[in-house]
Amino acid sequence: MKKLVIRVVAAVVVCLAPAFSAFGQSFDPVLLYDIGGKFDKSFNEAAFRGAERFSKDTGISFRDFEPNSETQYEQALKRFARRKADVIVAVGVGYSVAVRNVAKRYPNIKFTVIDAVIDLPNVQSITFKENEGSFLVGMIAGLSTKSGKLGFIGGMDIPLIDRFKVGYKQGVAYVRDDVSFIENYVGTTPAAWNDPIKAAEMARSQYARGVDIIFSAAGPSGLGVINAAKDSGTLAIGVDSNQNHVQPGYVLTSMLKRVDLAVEQAMNSAKDGSWTSGHRVMGLPEGGVDYALDEHNAALISDAMKARLEDARAKIIAGEIVVEDVDGGNSGH
Amino acid sequence: MSGSATKLPGVLESVLMPMLNILVALLASGLVVLALGEDPVVVLSLLIEGAFGYEEAIGYTFYYATNFIFTGLAVSVAFHAGHFNIGGEGQAMLGGLGLTLAVFWLGSSAPVLSIILAVFGAALFGAAWAFIPAWLQAHRGSHVVITTIMFNFIASALLAYLLVGPLQRPGGQMPESSDFPDGTALPQFHELMEILGISFEQSPLNLSFLIALLAAFGVWFLLARTRFGYEMRVTGQNSDAAKFAGISVPRVTVIALMMSGALAGMMGLNELLGEQLRLIGNFTLGYGFVGIAVAFMGRNHPVGIVLAAILFGAVYQGGAEIGFEIPKITRDMSVVIQGLVILFAGAMPHLFRRPVTALYARFAGKGNK
Repeated sequence: MKKLVIRVVAAVVVCLAPAFSAFGQSFDPVLLYDIGGKFDKSFNEAAFRGAERFSKDTGISFRDFEPNSETQYEQALKRFARRKADVIVAVGVGYSVAVRNVAKRYPNIKFTVIDAVIDLPNVQSITFKENEGSFLVGMIAGLSTKSGKLGFIGGMDIPLIDRFKVGYKQGVAYVRDDVSFIENYVGTTPAAWNDPIKAAEMARSQYARGVDIIFSAAGPSGLGVINAAKDSGTLAIGVDSNQNHVQPGYVLTSMLKRVDLAVEQAMNSAKDGSWTSGHRVMGLPEGGVDYALDEHNAALISDAMKARLEDARAKIIAGEIVVEDVDGGNSGH
Repeated sequence: MSGSATKLPGVLESVLMPMLNILVALLASGLVVLALGEDPVVVLSLLIEGAFGYEEAIGYTFYYATNFIFTGLAVSVAFHAGHFNIGGEGQAMLGGLGLTLAVFWLGSSAPVLSIILAVFGAALFGAAWAFIPAWLQAHRGSHVVITTIMFNFIASALLAYLLVGPLQRPGGQMPESSDFPDGTALPQFHELMEILGISFEQSPLNLSFLIALLAAFGVWFLLARTRFGYEMRVTGQNSDAAKFAGISVPRVTVIALMMSGALAGMMGLNELLGEQLRLIGNFTLGYGFVGIAVAFMGRNHPVGIVLAAILFGAVYQGGAEIGFEIPKITRDMSVVIQGLVILFAGAMPHLFRRPVTALYARFAGKGNK
């Protein structure tokens, strides 16, 4: 019995030791993912890569957490705020109210939230002009489609995802005006991000109706769309991370949303003291969005297409093309 | 049972046996941890430390336990009347809706009144949601297991519809309502302790824990001390005998299931009116289903249910703590531990009856000689 007590005490000490060493480290960044998990090959994984790069460059480790329901957003934020993290980066629109609540309660902790706008002195909000990146992949889809039918599959039916759709359609219309669209949304709750099976069913139905390219703005659910593209020998467009490698030859391109850059910059700036609160928008000029080009889709994107894309990019940056946006694309509180 | 004539004394029966089962469950979880390449002693001590090690952890443990007391009592009340209510999840969702409506209706003009109304709103909506399956069971013989589980899906769809439609937070994108008006929250435990002059770390533990204990007492009183409670138990034991004795079985069924629904509905008090202060789709998180395990582990006795709820609260809170500290062991690990606790303590409560009875018989026998 005595031995057991000693062992338990020793175990408690042992398990607390890493916690103390984390405090001993001068800088303690935290990354909180959205529902769907760290290795979703999409949105969350982009955030993870950004933090990994920061960690590699500075030698500072970061802590992270994957919530599996919406009530855990706030619990996770509070927990790390109480343990005096130096910067807490929360990625995902779902965090908006939770970050607002927790940031109010812990005014000395720095919060960076991606995809939502919170107007508090200790919160940095980063949003993306997804419509501009979607415009470019829309052009690629418009130039590549043979059937003249294009698909769009969104994750949650919210204004943020409508923004992808609006840009995508405008990009298609910029190169072709005889294209018809089929649109579906996976769902109306956060579970929609993590339902690749349902997304795949929707994709199959769209392909069966003559669609030959689907753009999925659905986070991890989009993997279902890409698999359906492979099964039916058609094309899909990935989102957030570069997903060209997921099924090489079946992913036309990916709409890159550089969550990795945002996370890396937030952690770096918090470390060197240049972190500021307020709202930052990352669009084409800032390199926040782009289309993906690599060895996996090189054969699908011709030089003529590239030239047109670069021309359009320059025009968007110069303001000659204005990509439409939707109201309430980023919820502010 | 094992056919043994020896009956165990109460202490052994209600304390030692569950403890043995929990111990075996923890041992089995330790093996799983070992298979994952972590030290089980470290993980288990982290679990205990995370659940009871400091005031805030205790607060969280009892906060989760509150949910389980409500849903566990709900399952148990129905079970005493011979029915298996697995619709706790949906009844809790509707209860959450009921309290939200009460709070939005009166919250800005009369906060205190709205809180009182919210308590009744939660119970009323939960009971109403249980009424339809209950009536169908009582008068049409539709099996309540099937209907209540289907009503969970309907409730979930209804809540999702309301939260992306009329009840959605203006300008918001997630399925959640606006914030409750200022002042419409159940007082938190650390605030109550402050009034008494005791300082306690901030945690989500709130007044609904006391409401849950009151409900547990109420259930005990109802079952053990009232005529209707007796009728319920008779119906549960043998509905033919109950009918023969002049008890209206349909009436007992409907009322028992509605009470069950009311208890499940009150879970929202803890989650929404105690902590989140807004209605969130999917706020029930399976607590309604865990209530089944809690009720069975607690042997369907209110005291047992409270104790089992605290155990489950500890596993929830301690498990979350492991997830935060050891990234290799995800939150799913706490689900595994829960599963093993349910398996050993809930599904195989008689695993150690034979050896314990034999041992007891030997010692008791010696004493008699």
